[in-house]
Order: sequence, then structure tokens, then C-alpha cells
Amino acid sequence: MTDTASAESGYYLPLPRLRGLTAQWYDWIKQHDLRFQRCDHCERWRHVPREVCPGCGSVDWAWQRSSGKGRIYSWTTIYRSLHPDFQDTPYAAVVVELEEGPRVMTWIVDRGPDDLEIDMPVEVVYDDVTPEVTLAKFRARA
Amino acid sequence: MHMLHDQACIVGVGETPYCRAPGSGVTDLNLMLRASLAAVADSGLELSDIDGLMTPIFGASGDELAANLGIENLRYAAQVNMGGASPVSSLQSALMAVYTGVANNVLIPIGWNGYSGMRARDVSEAAAVASPMGPTVQDYYLPFGCNAPPQFYSLMARRHMHEYDTSPETLGAIAVASRKHAQLNENAVMRGRPLSMQDYLDSPWISEPYRLLDCCLETDGAAAVVVSSPDRAKSLAAKTGHQPVYISGVAEGHPYPADDITNRPNIFTVGLTHAAPKAYEMAGLGPEDADFAEIYDCFTFEVLQQLEEAGFCKRGEGAAFVRDGAIELGGRLPVNTHGGLMSEAHVIGMNHIVEATRQLRHEAGARQVENARVGVVTGWGDLGDGSLAVLTRK
Repeated sequence: MTDTASAESGYYLPLPRLRGLTAQWYDWIKQHDLRFQRCDHCERWRHVPREVCPGCGSVDWAWQRSSGKGRIYSWTTIYRSLHPDFQDTPYAAVVVELEEGPRVMTWIVDRGPDDLEIDMPVEVVYDDVTPEVTLAKFRARA
Repeated sequence: MHMLHDQACIVGVGETPYCRAPGSGVTDLNLMLRASLAAVADSGLELSDIDGLMTPIFGASGDELAANLGIENLRYAAQVNMGGASPVSSLQSALMAVYTGVANNVLIPIGWNGYSGMRARDVSEAAAVASPMGPTVQDYYLPFGCNAPPQFYSLMARRHMHEYDTSPETLGAIAVASRKHAQLNENAVMRGRPLSMQDYLDSPWISEPYRLLDCCLETDGAAAVVVSSPDRAKSLAAKTGHQPVYISGVAEGHPYPADDITNRPNIFTVGLTHAAPKAYEMAGLGPEDADFAEIYDCFTFEVLQQLEEAGFCKRGEGAAFVRDGAIELGGRLPVNTHGGLMSEAHVIGMNHIVEATRQLRHEAGARQVENARVGVVTGWGDLGDGSLAVLTRK
């Protein structure tokens, strides 16, 4: 699935809108650096990006580097696409929980949908799908 | 007792016929107008008595509805934007309006051409553009092809299967019960099409662990209710013969964070988890008092999850609760006695409120729950917004 998605020309799948904190998050990923916001005050990690720490209300935070290691939290295998661009089925939309706590929606690049398991250890890989956007995907790790 | 306890009644209900092919042949607005006219007629009120309107989340504006219905003195119009949780939450807003005297008689219509118009799959595509689910879905889920409700909720269903060994047959029992009830309902789209567990297990994957028969229907139709004060309900009852149905307790709840289903501290804690205890406290009744429950059934697992979060059983014990026909008519807690969104029609849950009202009026015919006095109705919307009403007959 990543082969299709990563074709150098004509990447046709929907892309995030790069604006505000979303642009910042994806910009780190474009540099092959997975980071999340961490509150300067209470040190709570958070995702998706928020202006204020939901834990303590602090507006002070920094983009902190993630280990990139995590485990599969859940997934769904999509046989009947509900989007015109995602016709290469089946594919698995996977939620990975990083060691730091945040969970991300992603794809697992080296396992088919039938070879996934909850709690399976995975690590980040970077897929430069367009000159502007890199997506954080994951692969199995020992 | 809570100041809003029993302070408003459902006095009128109305529905259009429900259908799939070839479709209703009329607009969403027309469907909602016909359901509204039926509900007002059922209540014994005149159209000119309607002075409050809970405007639908799509399909028509409040202005259009009021203009067509000749509502000349609209004093209160508001919208509750909670997807499929909107109808039950709108009961709460209508109750507040009636109790405070802001409006006397509040009409709540909803409906759509969910089959012949923009079907669910189109809504999901539109969601990718207009993003009613919010920027989180668009910017963080959609790039990975996760953009629609069966996909979002499957993530919860799989996690539940992992943590509690929930089986496919458990979800199948919910689909089978709905279909069984639909056989007793003349307006159910799936009447005459019974369903076995094997049919369920043989149905194709949509978004695993959801099969086709885990999913609700795409249908055309509308439904509406009218909410009024208890005193007016009693005088109308003398005219119409319909028992007043009391809104004894009602509450809405929102999951945290509402816009991101993946980063919740506990993925099973949803809006209903917060709403249910509030509604029961207001009603002075608990889930054990319910004679039946109409549970928003966009997908089978959401019924299981809501039975747990609404306190009918503990979290993780839903499988034991739905086993052996316990949620079928004649069982411990009949659920979705009309067939629900899965076998009657997808009317965004308003058909659940209509059915609960008919049950409590003892007007449900062949599917009547004997001597029903307390009914629970839930709503579920967006990424887990929830609402619950405890309705009673005195």
C-alpha cells in the first residue's frame, strides 16, 4: 500500500491542511523527526496539537522528540472504502500508542492487515509522499 | 427532586413512511414537514400553538420549516449539534424551554433522504471536504483513509473485543434482535426479511470487525415529536386519548476530547458515560427500572457499548447481557422494539423517541411491551456524543 501511496509523481491521497499547529507538527515529520507537544509546566505530552495544556491550563509548551517507538492500540481493516481515493482495499487504519503516551492514526508498512496484533511493538518510519508532506508510518520492531 | 423532573411531556409523535428504492420522491424539507404535520395533529394542538422549534442538524433551516408550517409567532428556535445524539438532547432543550415559559409547545423534527439523496457514504466524502467531524479527522485521520463512522467506531469495537473477549456472535445477537422486532412493525423497511445468526456471520466485511449487517440502514424518512407542559398534556389527553409521556430525566454528555477518538484516556468513556447517571438522578429511577430501551444503533457494537455505559450492565459484561434473547421482546430488557436504525429506518434516532412514546402510551400493537411504564432512549453522535432520556407513564 505504501508503494502506491509513495509514487513520486501523482500522489493522489488526501493530505493534511498545513496550517497553525498542524503545520508545525507535520513540519517536524518532514524533517524525519516525530515530535509532540509537551507542557513546560506539568510535563504532560499531548496530541493532537492544542493551544493550551488540558491538564494544567498552561500555555507554555515545546515540541519534544518522541522515541518513535510504540505499540498497536487498535486498528480497523477497511474492505469497503468510504472515500473515493482509497480504493486499494483492504487496508488497515491503525492507532499506535507511542511510549510517551500520545496515540496517532497511521499505517503499518511491513505487515498486511491479517498480520496485525494489539500491543505489537512498532517504530516510526517516514514516507515523503509529496515535496511538502511526509507521513509518519510505522513498521514492526523486535 | 431535580427542578426539571417531570416538567414536560411528549404530547405528539409523527412519522412519514420509511423506504429505500425508489426513494421518497420529495425533498428533505418536505419529509420533515409531513412528519411535523403528523406530530402536531397527533398532539391535538393547532399549528398556531407551536411557538418553539428545535431545528434539524441538516436538510432544512428553521426559517424554512416555520414558514411552511405557518408558525407566525416563533419564540424559541435553537439547534443541538450532536449528530445522532441531537434528538434526545433536543428533548432536554425543549424541556428547559417549556419549564421556563420561553415556549409553550416545542416541535422537534428531523429526517432525510438517506437512501435516495446524499447517502451515508456521500456524507463521509463530504465530511472530508466540509469537515463537520472537525479538523482532527481531516488532518490526522483522513490521510490514512479513516474518515467515516464505521471506521472510527470499529477501533473501539476491536479494542473491546481485545479487552473483554467480545465475540462476533455478541454483535450478531444485536442485529438479529432488531430484525426480529422489525417483523412486527409495518413501517419497518426490513419487515418480511428475517435474519439468522448465520446470515449475520456470512455478511461481508465493511470495516473489520464490522460486517455489513453490523451497520444501520440507509433510508428515506422523517419523524417529529411535540413537547409541551404536563398541564397541557393532561388537557390534550382528554381530547386525543393519548396518555401523556413524561420526560422524567434527560441529560447530554460529551466525550473528552470530543474531536479525537484516539487520544481518550479510556476509549470506552463516551458522552453517555457522563449523561446516563445525570438522567437517572433527575428521573429518580435507574436502569433496573426500565421496561424497555431504545438504544441508538448506528452499529451493533455501539448498542453493546451504550448498554454498558448506560448502566444496564458493567463495562465489559455486555456480551453476557445480550445473550439468549435477553434483549428481544419477552426478554429481560427488550431493546429497539421497532427494529431501530438497523431494521426499521435511519431517522437519526428520532424514531427511537417515537417508538418509546408509543410503547408508553400502550399503542405499540403486536410489539407492545406489556404494562410498560418506564422507557430509556439514548442518542449517539459524531465521535461519541451521547444523550439519554428516561420517559415514563404515570
